[in-house]
Amino acid sequence: MNWTLALPEIVLALSGLAILLAGVMQKRGQAFFSCTMMTLLALVVTGILVVMSPDGTGYSHVFINDGFARFMKVLSLSGAALSLVLSVGYAREMEIDKFEFPILILFSTLGTMIMASSGNLMTLFVGLELSSLSIYILCAFARDRVTAAEAGLKYFVLGSLASGILLYGISLAYGFAGTLEYAGLQQAVRGSAVLPAGLMVGIVFVLVGLCFKLSMVPFHMWTPDVYQGAPTPVTSYMAGAPKIAAFAVLLRVMAGPFGSMTPQWQLLIEVVSAASMVFGSLAAIPQVNIKRLMAYSSIGHMGYAMIGMAAGTAEGTRGTLVYLVTYLFMNVGAFAGIVAMRRKGREVSRISDLAGLGRTDPGMALAMAVFMFSMAGAPPLAGFFGKLMVFYAAINAQLYGLAAIGIISSVIGAYYYIRIVKVMFFDAAEPALDRSPVSVSFVSVGMGLVTVFFVVGLGPVSSAAQAAAAALFR
Amino acid sequence: MDNAIEGIGLTPYLSVGAILLVLGVFGIFLNRKNVIIILMSIELILLSANINFVAFSAATGDLSGQVMTLFVLTIAAAESAIGLAIVTVYFRNRGSIEVDDVTMMKG
Repeated sequence: MNWTLALPEIVLALSGLAILLAGVMQKRGQAFFSCTMMTLLALVVTGILVVMSPDGTGYSHVFINDGFARFMKVLSLSGAALSLVLSVGYAREMEIDKFEFPILILFSTLGTMIMASSGNLMTLFVGLELSSLSIYILCAFARDRVTAAEAGLKYFVLGSLASGILLYGISLAYGFAGTLEYAGLQQAVRGSAVLPAGLMVGIVFVLVGLCFKLSMVPFHMWTPDVYQGAPTPVTSYMAGAPKIAAFAVLLRVMAGPFGSMTPQWQLLIEVVSAASMVFGSLAAIPQVNIKRLMAYSSIGHMGYAMIGMAAGTAEGTRGTLVYLVTYLFMNVGAFAGIVAMRRKGREVSRISDLAGLGRTDPGMALAMAVFMFSMAGAPPLAGFFGKLMVFYAAINAQLYGLAAIGIISSVIGAYYYIRIVKVMFFDAAEPALDRSPVSVSFVSVGMGLVTVFFVVGLGPVSSAAQAAAAALFR
Repeated sequence: MDNAIEGIGLTPYLSVGAILLVLGVFGIFLNRKNVIIILMSIELILLSANINFVAFSAATGDLSGQVMTLFVLTIAAAESAIGLAIVTVYFRNRGSIEVDDVTMMKG
């Protein structure tokens, strides 16, 4: 048995336990900062181990490591690390600087890594629950604030319902295919000319559960409330790593075990994708709270990323992967801007609170403008290339309608992104916001540079995504 | 176990599982009173899947379904602990756990 395949996960899990011990032994006031630093170190070390880890299948086929898994793991690790950096100053000011905070993010990231490497429906479910359960706690972490408690409660109830539906789907798929392994499922699906109804129902249930985690449209109702109520660094984390992991699982399952029945699930994915794009761009228009706006924006972005999956080709998967890379970085950047929105020590989150930022804090206003233009898909920023690649894949797969809906809804979406830029630069100035902590400026500037100069790194990112997609469609 | 499955077939087991699933889902959506009832409904959904796993495992002679059941039981325990903790936090802030009151944020 080749146990070194899971070395990054093992290292991350053990360091999580060690940091937990270290946190208990320190004084209450200092533990948060040192635990955050140790968690960041553990994430970086794990990232290096992931990049160096070998290909293969281990632990009697429950664990797969290939180019695709590595790509997704590096993405979710970087999303977690960036959100953790955002939380440093924020947690202290909001008085949630308890050392459990970084450790919960660490375990949630571990869950997303296990999902990305799952070779078996059992690993998929355990990974999903590890990541979700940690996030339920993180949502309600600011336990003296009623909105945080409500966000935690809503996410817990609806998330558990989705996990339950997913589990029921897994049980049906297990019963009718006779195995939990992806390889076995693939054989069972290929071997039968007509799929048993039970297996079909099981697949649809699994799809529903994963679409819930991605906040795709019919299952999106939790997103705005939870995004608004949760502490902002947690929102920034929730919009990144768990979505990437859910995409990893969807892409792997739909290309592998259910790849031979693409025509049967393709329409379903197309409808969900189109509905998310249209809803995400229309429902965001009347929003006044910027965290709610980002929630609708992430619903829309998941719709665009899913276009690549609807194409059902290696090229489409490459498009989805590049889209996820651009989404992750511009999203964390925009949330850095939102974390910095404080006035006289109090958190503010209305869009009108940004008014006049162009004069009071030109640097931050410029960074926010870059992220907003990038999310709207303006060339030559990062978001444009992600959209270009998924639309290109859709047209090559002859999904003209879906590509057209995508382009129309990104034009509509541009309205509310650019409205924020207008509020920042042209509206009458509000009192200046507080100076943002160094860590937040660091993330904001870093992500701004990545977004602006993404075109330089497009070649390497695209070829890495190509290799990852090829590993799936082998 | 094999004999029981051979005697009455798989259908009764799956029916019980399906009934529990439907009860759980309706318990979440129709209940307007109390969040604790929602926690119970979530347990019902997880257990309905467990019944399916055990029944299928016995019918096909494949053990992995029963292993899965043990994992699900563990996860269900963790899930209800976290759920109760969140409900406690919520009750401290609002002084009520009625489902209709969970409407601070809307839109």
